[in-house]
Amino acid sequence: MTPFSNQLEERFQGLMQRYPARRSALVPMLLYAQDELGYLTPEAIARIAALLGETQLAVREVIGYYSMLRTEPAGKFHVQVCTNISCLLRGGDEIYAHCQKRLGLGHKQTAADGVFSLEEVECLGACSWAPAVQVNYDFHQELTVEALDQVLDAYQTRGKA
Amino acid sequence: MTKPHPLETRVVSRRFDQPDAHTLPGYLASDGFQALEKALAMAPEAIIEEVKKSGLRGRGGAGFPTGMKWSFVPKQSPRAKFVLCNADESEPGTCKDRLILEHDPFAVIEGMVIAGLAIGAKQGYIYIRGEYRYLLDRMERAIEEARAAGYLGKNIRGRGLDFELWAHTGAGAYECGEESALMESLEGKRGIPRLKPPFPAVAGYMGGPTVINNVETLASVPPILINGGEWFAAFGPPKNGGTRLFCLSGHVRQQGVWEVPLGFPLRRLIEEMGGGMRNGAQLKAVVPGGSSTPLLPASVAWELNLDFDSVAKVGSFLGSGGVVVLDENTCMVRFALRIMQFYRHESCGWCVPCREGTQWLQASLARFHGGGGRDADIALMREVSENILGRTFCALGDAAAMPTISILDHWRQEFVDHLNGKPCPFGATTLAAAH
Amino acid sequence: MADTTPAPLVNLTVNGRALQAPAGTLLIEACKQNHIEVPSFCYYPNLSLQAACRMCLVEIEKMPKLQTACTVVVSEGMVVKSDSETVHRARKSAIEFILTNHPLDCPVCDAGGECELQDMTFTYGAEKGRFVEPKRHRDEQQWSPVVYFDRPRCILCYRCVRVCGEAMDVWALGVANRGINATIIPSHQDHLECEECGNCVDICPVGALTSGAYRYKTRPWEMKHVGAVCAFCGDGCKTTLGVRNDAILRGDNRDKSGINGDFLCIKGRYGLDFTQHPERLKQPLVRREGKLQPVSWTYALETVAKRWQEIQKASGSFGVVGSTRSLNEEAFALQKFARTVLQTNNLDHHRTADFPTLYDALAGRGPAPAPLAAMHELKAAPAVLLVGGNPTDEHPLLAWNLRWGYRQNKTRLYILNRGDIKLRRQAYRYAQADDLGAAVRFLNGEGAAAAASLTGVGEASEKRWPQTPVSTPAPLDEGLQDFRARLRQEQDLIIVFSAEVAGDDLRHLVAFGSGLSGATRYIALADNANSHGAADMGLYPDLGPGYTPAPGAPGLNLEQMMAALRQQNLCSLYVVGANPFRLHPVEPEALKQTFLVVQDLFLTETAQAADVVLPALCAYEKAGTVTNTCGEVQVQRRGGGFEGAKSDLEVLHLLADLMGAAWGAANPDRTLQEIRTQVKGYDVSLARLLAGESVLTLPLNGRVPRTAAPAPLRPNRDSLFTAGTLGRYSATMNSVMEKKLEQGR
Repeated sequence: MTPFSNQLEERFQGLMQRYPARRSALVPMLLYAQDELGYLTPEAIARIAALLGETQLAVREVIGYYSMLRTEPAGKFHVQVCTNISCLLRGGDEIYAHCQKRLGLGHKQTAADGVFSLEEVECLGACSWAPAVQVNYDFHQELTVEALDQVLDAYQTRGKA
Repeated sequence: MTKPHPLETRVVSRRFDQPDAHTLPGYLASDGFQALEKALAMAPEAIIEEVKKSGLRGRGGAGFPTGMKWSFVPKQSPRAKFVLCNADESEPGTCKDRLILEHDPFAVIEGMVIAGLAIGAKQGYIYIRGEYRYLLDRMERAIEEARAAGYLGKNIRGRGLDFELWAHTGAGAYECGEESALMESLEGKRGIPRLKPPFPAVAGYMGGPTVINNVETLASVPPILINGGEWFAAFGPPKNGGTRLFCLSGHVRQQGVWEVPLGFPLRRLIEEMGGGMRNGAQLKAVVPGGSSTPLLPASVAWELNLDFDSVAKVGSFLGSGGVVVLDENTCMVRFALRIMQFYRHESCGWCVPCREGTQWLQASLARFHGGGGRDADIALMREVSENILGRTFCALGDAAAMPTISILDHWRQEFVDHLNGKPCPFGATTLAAAH
Repeated sequence: MADTTPAPLVNLTVNGRALQAPAGTLLIEACKQNHIEVPSFCYYPNLSLQAACRMCLVEIEKMPKLQTACTVVVSEGMVVKSDSETVHRARKSAIEFILTNHPLDCPVCDAGGECELQDMTFTYGAEKGRFVEPKRHRDEQQWSPVVYFDRPRCILCYRCVRVCGEAMDVWALGVANRGINATIIPSHQDHLECEECGNCVDICPVGALTSGAYRYKTRPWEMKHVGAVCAFCGDGCKTTLGVRNDAILRGDNRDKSGINGDFLCIKGRYGLDFTQHPERLKQPLVRREGKLQPVSWTYALETVAKRWQEIQKASGSFGVVGSTRSLNEEAFALQKFARTVLQTNNLDHHRTADFPTLYDALAGRGPAPAPLAAMHELKAAPAVLLVGGNPTDEHPLLAWNLRWGYRQNKTRLYILNRGDIKLRRQAYRYAQADDLGAAVRFLNGEGAAAAASLTGVGEASEKRWPQTPVSTPAPLDEGLQDFRARLRQEQDLIIVFSAEVAGDDLRHLVAFGSGLSGATRYIALADNANSHGAADMGLYPDLGPGYTPAPGAPGLNLEQMMAALRQQNLCSLYVVGANPFRLHPVEPEALKQTFLVVQDLFLTETAQAADVVLPALCAYEKAGTVTNTCGEVQVQRRGGGFEGAKSDLEVLHLLADLMGAAWGAANPDRTLQEIRTQVKGYDVSLARLLAGESVLTLPLNGRVPRTAAPAPLRPNRDSLFTAGTLGRYSATMNSVMEKKLEQGR
């Protein structure tokens, strides 16, 4: 019936009570569902729509709007490289080019082994610590190509484990 | 944790070097919730009056007087009132709210409860951008602690007043920083801005009267109540009360976020706090207040004081406090392209000029920067920008058009140089265009 | 009536002209009312405001920026410029932006020639495109048998989303993605599951949404466009027929002058392809050696007349079954033919509403303001009580108007019926009872017996803010008491009732309605396009035109005629535009002694058993008048034609002539004149009628004495996707049904 863990289902119940109307919980629910499943599966969409008493169309409309939400799987480590102005001025393009080369991936592509996926993203709010990369929810800032390699090495090791 | 710079005036950031300020004991140890205790004994009008006196203007970008915003909320309302904190910090060049949420989450909570007392709201939400997950976690813990200690929830500090507060995550959308789009998003919808009027103070979240303030704005409220509005106002020039966090980034030696009084000279921010230009290069341009603000050429920037009115006088905006410094080797075509790539990506798509115009300009700039420019493009891109300006549903269109126009006007020669095959300082790399 | 206190007028100046407009008027509407055109794509009257296309930007004094005329409300002293250089530049630029990604495939686009973007570009647009970047192409998608979506053509005006959601309450279209990738999406990822009304196609200003039933058939300028009254349900919508070479190629809502305004349902829009069905009868058929064989019209008519004269000579009995789809003139002529030529009162039609009882009950209530409500009055009604039925499926326009009233005028909709229906989402209060008669008697003040049949009471099931908990009070009858108490406070109520309320129950309902302090009005729901007209024209065994007693002894009703057939007690049965054998099958053996004449479009169950079959024209192929379920009479205009078939009126006149009655040539105008003098309530303004208005009739003739045996009502119970015989021969309606079945699997 539900594609979610018991903990997540319970969390959803709590979330829905925080607002004057259940639907207010939609965006957090979608993000938390994605955190658990990796992406928003048709089952997840159906379940969330049912919990909120909304149509699946209404849920899909919302998913399509938010850039962090996805309906296709991403890598175990989703590498998000900011190339916006502050990062651009501090080598963000080089960081992104290096990621593309090292991971062999383009924008919004996922590696065949599922360890990494890559995305060029907009400003991450790390402007005074540029250039910055976010891997899943973790920030890596004031990067150089060398420092980035160490970061990716660490993830690669974790990915193989 | 950041150590204060000798030139800083730390009001909002006064706990940034206190390692345990994000815990309740740490917060209480440094005047935490003193302002709330004071506010609980004040009449709502008196709270608003104090904030008005402080001259506090919104720190999110628009700079609207906070006290006035609060006073617009009707006293009586058949619908529930709300206080919202806009922690959807997404303006390129801006990273200050992040520090406040990280180092001093209780100050935001305290500011919100006070706002609730002032307008008679019993519920609030902190809308935190999705990428700031660690800050959402930190804020949720802080809220739990505050609730457990009676600073939130029913009968706050036994004084018979209620205020419930929750943190809420976004999921990646610059437009949700626009207050009415944020409310749509908080209602579980697409973040499309709303028609105004009605303004949020009359009909906001769930149709109820709503005050929505930026993180820094709300965090400024407790020190204002403790020390008095006049004390805060005295920091800055008239009508530009207080201090402000400036985020310095780009081609400076030392990037960073520092709090200084409004009216602080930009030159000192760059030279004394940022350590001057990196690699000894010359300053070419400054983005004074986030990517939406028109760029200023070096000659103007060097003489500029950082307050709302001074920046407005030279044709730009103090905006969100994101100061981005560009040196002489920056390709302005490339910079304009990166800005437009951002707005094209973040346009909600609702209205025609923004949706189509940002994509048009991004495509033209990409082609131009990639070596396919035509003479006519320069005037055309300016005209397309003008056709966006002032004609879109919300301010995002203006935000895309204004910096573009300023670049085309101040650095037209660089566009001509691109046409003439002069090597681009960045190299003629085309950005990944199609997202 | 609704609150008609006019809003105070405010003064404003537009382009130097002093104008007045009621307070609260949108600037764009104020301009339109004064013939000042302010162009727009996203603005659509009575749908929510978008301010998205930016076409309607105007200059307003004291406002620094251009303002959208579609969202600004007029105010006293407002000074507006809609024709300044600045405004023209802004319009031109808005069109230029819209055209950046819009393909210029107008020569092969279905909307070409009736495209608002084409027209606006012609009027305001940029003479040459300056956008040199590649356009974003996407392949066309088929969303349902009748809806196609061409994404690059879409200009994102959101009209389709709003008409589907706000007006239809279907919510099957949405917007996905954002920015330049924003797009309209259907309810089920790659396809639509909806009511298939096609209003999204109609409302689309460009060729982004196109009709599966019409696409690539022809060009709009090659058709003539005829506003005709829909041939399907009893609501009386106007559908604009697109006719080329006398063939009806499409129905849509191009002409919005009908009582339906912007609305059309699947039947009105797509069902009319039955006119081109290959099995349509093109030649008269006469049974020879047990088989129906094609013959000439003369031969067929002479066969009929000769046989009928023989039967008359032998004093044999006749039965006549009339149509609920034929025009008023034809129904009138048929009853006259039955009574004066065949000299029988064995006359009836397929009854789906108890009009005689309604008029009798109303007549018994003494003088009162016009007790019938017109269709459009539902939009502005303060309160409506719906008893029985499911208008969403059976009376789509009526349902549309109820939703309209709820949306625009906060109409309090009370629903009393047997089960959950979609309109409950708009209900102010509803009550559900197994025995509607008992519930109606309860409303009329009789004891609490109704409570026994009560199965639920509540408020709108739609989510609202602030959210009202849907509660079922205990005990249930308290809920019904509350329901009645609230109704009793209504000052201005329209009561709409289905075939589930008839006879004595209906008398109780009228007694209840008349007992209210305000002016209560009624709408009886009858199923077919001219059910009300058939009743008004006197297709009854005991009632003549206008519910006056028919001369002579009452004849047999439909059920009795069928029984007589089975007992071989009827010498001839004449069936005009009806298919009684579908509901009342008769063994072929039983028909051996009966001369059966059937006039119809198709070889229906009844026609298959006939001795003579006469090919008929449908409502879209002839001229006259029809009366909708509310009692509004409208002109029917001839759209197309059909070679080989004749109108019922023409056939009746020819037969009368052959039978020696000397009626002369058929002339609908002359028959209408006869109706206007003979049927009380039809003496309506000819000017209004012929000008295309719908005019409310009121055939009140005092008490209506019933002498014939009571006959049951037999409602069609059509779904949205079925429509009796006509629906069975509509290829498009069938394709939609098949798709639904497939999706259901």
